[in-house]
Amino acid sequence: MENRILSYVDGRLKESERLEVEKHLAGCTACELRVAEFRAVTGLLDELPQIAPSPAFDVRVRARVAAEPVKVSWWAWMAPSPRVALAAALLVACTVWVGLRPAGFGVTPATEAEINQNMPVLENYDVLTNFEPLTELPPPVTPADAQQQPADDGQAN
Amino acid sequence: MARSDVQLMLDVKSGDEESFELLLHRYRSPLVNFLYRMVRNREQAEDLAQEVFLRVYRARAEYVPSAKFTTWLFRIATNLALNNVRDTRHQRMEMSLDAPLMADSEDGDERPLDVADQHPDIEQHLVEQARSKMIRHAIEKLPEKQRAAVLLHKYQELDYGEIAKILACSESALKSLLFRAYEALRVELAPLVAQQMKH
Repeated sequence: MENRILSYVDGRLKESERLEVEKHLAGCTACELRVAEFRAVTGLLDELPQIAPSPAFDVRVRARVAAEPVKVSWWAWMAPSPRVALAAALLVACTVWVGLRPAGFGVTPATEAEINQNMPVLENYDVLTNFEPLTELPPPVTPADAQQQPADDGQAN
Repeated sequence: MARSDVQLMLDVKSGDEESFELLLHRYRSPLVNFLYRMVRNREQAEDLAQEVFLRVYRARAEYVPSAKFTTWLFRIATNLALNNVRDTRHQRMEMSLDAPLMADSEDGDERPLDVADQHPDIEQHLVEQARSKMIRHAIEKLPEKQRAAVLLHKYQELDYGEIAKILACSESALKSLLFRAYEALRVELAPLVAQQMKH
C-alpha cells in the first residue's frame, strides 16, 4: 500500500488499481489519514513561487554556444573537397616520380666521399683538360681489360 | 502544430540553430526553477542551466532519440545539481551560520527582511513569508536524491519511469524514495499540514 498511496494522491493509478486502493481506504483509517496528509503536503508545495530566468540568461547561453569550436568529424575529410583533391594529386605525383627515377639517382655516402676527394682536381678542370702531356698517356685500363690481361699472360707462358 | 522535443533535437542535429532556440525557450524556465530548488542559489542555478543547454548543444551530433528528451535533459541537470550540492556543501554550511534572517521576495529569490516594509497588510505578508520559508526549508532539508525526486515529480510532473531513469534506480525504488520524501515533508510541515487539512 505504501508505494500506491502517492500514486493514488497523484491520480496516476490505473482504474483497477485506484478501485483497489479505495476499497482498502474505506476500511483503514491510518491509510485514509495518510492520503489526506499527502494531499495537504502537495497543496503546500504548490504554494512555492516560480522564479523567472534573468533577462541575460538567453544571451549568455547563445554566447556560450557561439563560442563553441566548430567540430569537424574525422569522416568529413573523406568528403570531396579541393583541399583533399590537391593533397591526393600531389601524393600520386610524388609516388610516380619516386617510382620512375633512375636506380643510381641517389647519392650514396661512398659516392659523396669520392666526389669530395676529387674536388680539388675538379676545381682545375680547365687546366687539366688542356694539359698536353696528358693527351699522350695510354688509354685508361678498364676492368674488362684488367681481367683479360692475366689470361693473356697465362697463354703466353 | 508544435514540433516535438525529439523532432526539434533532430533538427538541431542536422544544423538548424533555430530549433535549438525553441528548445531553449521551452525549457529554460523549468530548468532554472528545478536547479534553483536544488542548489538554493539563483546565480549558480542559472550557470548550471546554461551548462545543461551547452551540453545538449555539444551532444547534438551524437543525439539518438532512444528516450524522451526531458529524461535526457533532466538527467544532465540532476547530475550537475547533485555534483554542485556535494561540492558546495561545506561552503553552504559556513554561510548558513552567518546568514541574516531572510524572506522570499516576489520572484522567490531571497532578500533580507525589511522592517520598514510598506506592505498594506504587513502582518499577513509576514505570515505568508514565514509559511513559504518553512516549505522551502522543508524541501531543502531533504537528502539530495529525495529532493530531486520530489522536484521532478511535483514540479516537472515527469512520470515515475522517467524519474527512475534520471535518478538511475528502479521504478519501485523510486516509489519508496518518494514515499520517504513525502513522509519527511509531512513531519517537517506538520503544523501547516494540520492547518491545510482544516480548510
